[in-house]
Amino acid sequence: MAQIKLDQLAHSYYPHPKKQQDYALKAMDYLWDDGQAYALLGPSGCGKTTLLNIISGLLKPSQGRILFDGEDMTMRTPEERNIAQVFQFPVIYDTMTVAQNLEFPLVNRGVDRAEINKRVTEMLETLELSSKANLRAQGLTADEKQKISLGRGLVRYDVNAILFDEPLTVIDPHMKWQLRTKLKELHQRFGHTMIYVTHDQTEALTFADKVVVMYEGQVVQIGTPEELFERPDHTFVGYFIGSPGMNILPCELRGYYAVVDGHPVVLGADYQQISGARVELGIRPEFVRFVGAHEQGLPVTIDTVNDVGRHRIAKVRLGRYPLDVIVPEGQEIAATDHRVVFDSNKTGIYVNDHRLQPERLRTGAGAPV
Amino acid sequence: MTVKPVNQKAWLLVLPVLLIVALNAIIPLMTVVNYSLQDTFSPGVFFYEGTKWYQDVLSSPRFHGALGRQFLFTGIILLIEIPLGVAVALAMPRKGPWVSVCLVLMALPLLIPWNVVGAMWNIFALPDIGLLGYGLNWLGFDYNYTQQPFAAWFTVVLMDVWHWTSLVVLLAYAGLSSIPDAYYQAAKIDGASSFAVFRFIQLPKMKRVLIIALLLRFMDSFMIYTEPFVLTGGGPGNSTTFLSIDLVKAAIGEFNLGIAAAMSILYFLMTLLVCWVFYTAMMRGDES
Repeated sequence: MAQIKLDQLAHSYYPHPKKQQDYALKAMDYLWDDGQAYALLGPSGCGKTTLLNIISGLLKPSQGRILFDGEDMTMRTPEERNIAQVFQFPVIYDTMTVAQNLEFPLVNRGVDRAEINKRVTEMLETLELSSKANLRAQGLTADEKQKISLGRGLVRYDVNAILFDEPLTVIDPHMKWQLRTKLKELHQRFGHTMIYVTHDQTEALTFADKVVVMYEGQVVQIGTPEELFERPDHTFVGYFIGSPGMNILPCELRGYYAVVDGHPVVLGADYQQISGARVELGIRPEFVRFVGAHEQGLPVTIDTVNDVGRHRIAKVRLGRYPLDVIVPEGQEIAATDHRVVFDSNKTGIYVNDHRLQPERLRTGAGAPV
Repeated sequence: MTVKPVNQKAWLLVLPVLLIVALNAIIPLMTVVNYSLQDTFSPGVFFYEGTKWYQDVLSSPRFHGALGRQFLFTGIILLIEIPLGVAVALAMPRKGPWVSVCLVLMALPLLIPWNVVGAMWNIFALPDIGLLGYGLNWLGFDYNYTQQPFAAWFTVVLMDVWHWTSLVVLLAYAGLSSIPDAYYQAAKIDGASSFAVFRFIQLPKMKRVLIIALLLRFMDSFMIYTEPFVLTGGGPGNSTTFLSIDLVKAAIGEFNLGIAAAMSILYFLMTLLVCWVFYTAMMRGDES
């Protein structure tokens, strides 16, 4: 078990990277706490797997260092790092039985026989594979095979970290749920540092203590699921997480309010003036609300309303800009004269995609001018 | 229950294949069967001899000798070519510009006509002017494949290894390149030694292509004719007279049609038997 530190780490698949775009992973400095479960979340090609393979030692970074508990591991092999990794597609040793597969990493490390048997028996039980222990691994189903892959990582109690590279991609939906629960359980039991790569936000948000959102080779935010939802640091986090994603509206800043296509929107704080940059207002559909005819609000026109079960999603237009609004169950949408208000505490301002820190917070926002 | 309509039209569609197979396989084969059961003294005059030729062949020391040499030769070249082919395939680069260079180099011997291979080695191994023969003698080895049985065997085996190991290499390489990277990465993570990687990942993944390689090399070497015929002509003496060379000697050299036909049938049945064994083994491998 170890704390993992990335020190000015960057990687390029080109031998002599020149431009920023040549880097699959742009320089980063982060500290990953011991015993935490992290999810690396991001779209395909954002550098998640690259980062994972650098941590496990399958890939040598172009620059920077990686430290486990302060010890430089950059040039060490995966074996020396004592890391377990589970891959997207199940890797099993065809000619071995299920039990032999599970004991393989232990046998290679010269663990003594009694200890191996004890751990393998226990792991077979945990994975509910006891009845198949002596079958050839070749004939099993995809999710059983993936369980074996997981098991080969988990039988090593003493690993520094366990890395998962989209391990549930090939698994049936109902098994996914089960395996994920199992992983959480094992994490609580053994307290390994776990890093879990996925592009599925549900998976990331349910599995992890902290979610690391990556975008174009950079970590754009590390935070708890709540933080990512309520205070995205980057517009990408805003629309990647949440369904539908955050509304991003071009605006102009005027101190404590923003103007969106001529309509003033009150903010929960004062902001400095910004010029020469792209300024946008971000508000999640959950924090936009239709108001009654007598309340003040921003006039919108409704394009469509989709019922998605628990609530409805109204696609509306504020001036030129499209806007999603989540309408809770039971709330009526008026026939005409639609107005919405934004929850000012949940409204963020983004300058060139990055969240702008307000100069000071306001309590009890005034009326728009 | 509905009665399935009977439609005999399908026979019409099978007919062309049936005709071709009859013309190129069944009729010639039956002619051989015919010869193997009869004796003749002049064209068009045949006597039925029953199983006489078969008994003659099976009890003849000459056939035993040729068969023994045949199995020895096939055994030796399989023992050399399969492991060597796998070793070369493992040593070949998996990516980069050298891949195509290696593949082309490997494919070259396979593209050379068999009698040319024989002629090349015939000259190459000549003790007075051939590079190999002269070189070996220069190094102090007493080497003359036209006179020494051991030297003749050495040359024939070396020629076959040179000519055909590439086939095993290419098949094994194809098997190796179908292994996803994740397997090697997982093995690294599991702390597997390179022998364990070979034993538990590469070998199982190559199993099928290796069975095919074994089958092809068995059949080809068991039926080998052209190269040793051009190289040694079966000599010195009978030392490199394999089954097919012996068969041709009996049929064309000595015009012993009955003996040659019986030999052909036995030869054919042996090849068929071994192929059947391989096929069964492959199918069983698929089931598990």
